[in-house]
Amino acid sequence: MAEHTIKAFDEEIDRLRGLIAEMGGRAEAAIENAMLALQRQDKILAAEVVEGDKRIDAIEAEVEKLVIQVIALRAPMANDLRDVIAALKIVSVVERIGDYAKNIAKRVPLVASNRHTLEPISLLPSMGQVAGEMVHDALNAFAARDAELALAVVERDTVVDDFYNSVFRTLVTFMVENPKTISECAHLLFIAKNIERIGDHATNVAEMVYYAATGQTLPERERGADIQPED
Amino acid sequence: MTEAQSNLTIENPKMSARDVKVFYGEKQAIKGVSIDVDMDNVTAFIGPSGCGKSTFLRTLNRMNDTVASARVEGEITLDGEDIYAPSMDVVQLRARVGMVFQKPNPFPKSIYENIAYGPRIHGLAASKTDMDVIVEKSLRRAGLWDEVKDRLHDSGTALSGGQQQRLCIGRAIAVEPEVILMDEPCSALDPIATAKIEELIHELRGRYAIVIVTHNMQQAARVSQRTAFFHLGELVEYGVTSDIFTNPRQERTKDYITGRYG
Repeated sequence: MAEHTIKAFDEEIDRLRGLIAEMGGRAEAAIENAMLALQRQDKILAAEVVEGDKRIDAIEAEVEKLVIQVIALRAPMANDLRDVIAALKIVSVVERIGDYAKNIAKRVPLVASNRHTLEPISLLPSMGQVAGEMVHDALNAFAARDAELALAVVERDTVVDDFYNSVFRTLVTFMVENPKTISECAHLLFIAKNIERIGDHATNVAEMVYYAATGQTLPERERGADIQPED
Repeated sequence: MTEAQSNLTIENPKMSARDVKVFYGEKQAIKGVSIDVDMDNVTAFIGPSGCGKSTFLRTLNRMNDTVASARVEGEITLDGEDIYAPSMDVVQLRARVGMVFQKPNPFPKSIYENIAYGPRIHGLAASKTDMDVIVEKSLRRAGLWDEVKDRLHDSGTALSGGQQQRLCIGRAIAVEPEVILMDEPCSALDPIATAKIEELIHELRGRYAIVIVTHNMQQAARVSQRTAFFHLGELVEYGVTSDIFTNPRQERTKDYITGRYG
């Protein structure tokens, strides 16, 4: 894209995009590490994820400040305006994604004790991987202003929803058969729900990317059937 | 109609231009512009210096007639009537299509006389009382009455720049125009005076078809409902103002409004 006549404007936009890339990378790593910590019962890694969320929150605050400054001082128009508005909305969503990853990490010590009894745990890493990839692709789409890639993310949300429904049924069945594991299984259920919400949020990011790139909003799409009401 | 111009359908146009070309001697300043403006919306013409927006604006009330080397081709109509027809009375046309210029240019006469001059030569007032009514009404519509009502016989040139510009708008309004053309009406004014003119434009909307040329894109965004972007003598894009500023269709429009132009 051609450069602005006012170079400082380009520098601010670049900085904004850089911050969002960093934030996205951190959120993605947080999901991956939280899932890894869960699989390996790694409490140290889990604690790192919890600690790392602070930086994600800090970037959100920094982006908000920068967006306000750009709007006030540069009066952005057209694609620039859509970019900064999308940036502002995206960071608040990615911050939520970070919180979900942190929440998963916080549950790691609570499911660690009886790990050998918990077979349903095996489904969660794949589910986490799909959600993590959605976050990755949504933020790549923002970096590349790629509407097609954003659409592909939106379409993948049903995969995570299907995973969630499957995990839910498996866990309920497992709990009925193994009442002693109910406490741990309840944590796993929350973890599954967190991953499902991460998928929803990645979808929201992708919708904003689509708007920023094209100026059009995506039409409402059919959502996968959900066992539980949206929280 | 080019693709750029077909985005917007104007019902009941007050003025219509079709394939208008303007030449200054050998040089072509306007390259086939077609556009409609209506009563209900303020239309802003934006574009870089030399893009032809002022030249085009001046074709709408034949101000280019005063430039010896200027030649206008194409058709411009006011309520369907060809304003370049030999039968058109240009003085009458300019009363119907008034103009406000970049630099406030009140006559070196009293505030009262500045307003009364036009109605008098057009025979709009039968008596002194009639004229008083016209002067008060015009100054009220121009948002100036309260500031000058106690000194109507002071010189118009003694007013501040912003007041002078509102006096010029009042002077244009006094002859009951149908269209008001404004050529950079705020470029010589400070932000407060500018805000008053913009508020005035907002209040006058609907009563007159208003076309404003402005270098200030924020001003176009603030005062207009329709925006036309001119570049190198062409009308590149014409659309709803909020669309033009959030999602322009043409690359050249986008580069200009986002500050990426050359």
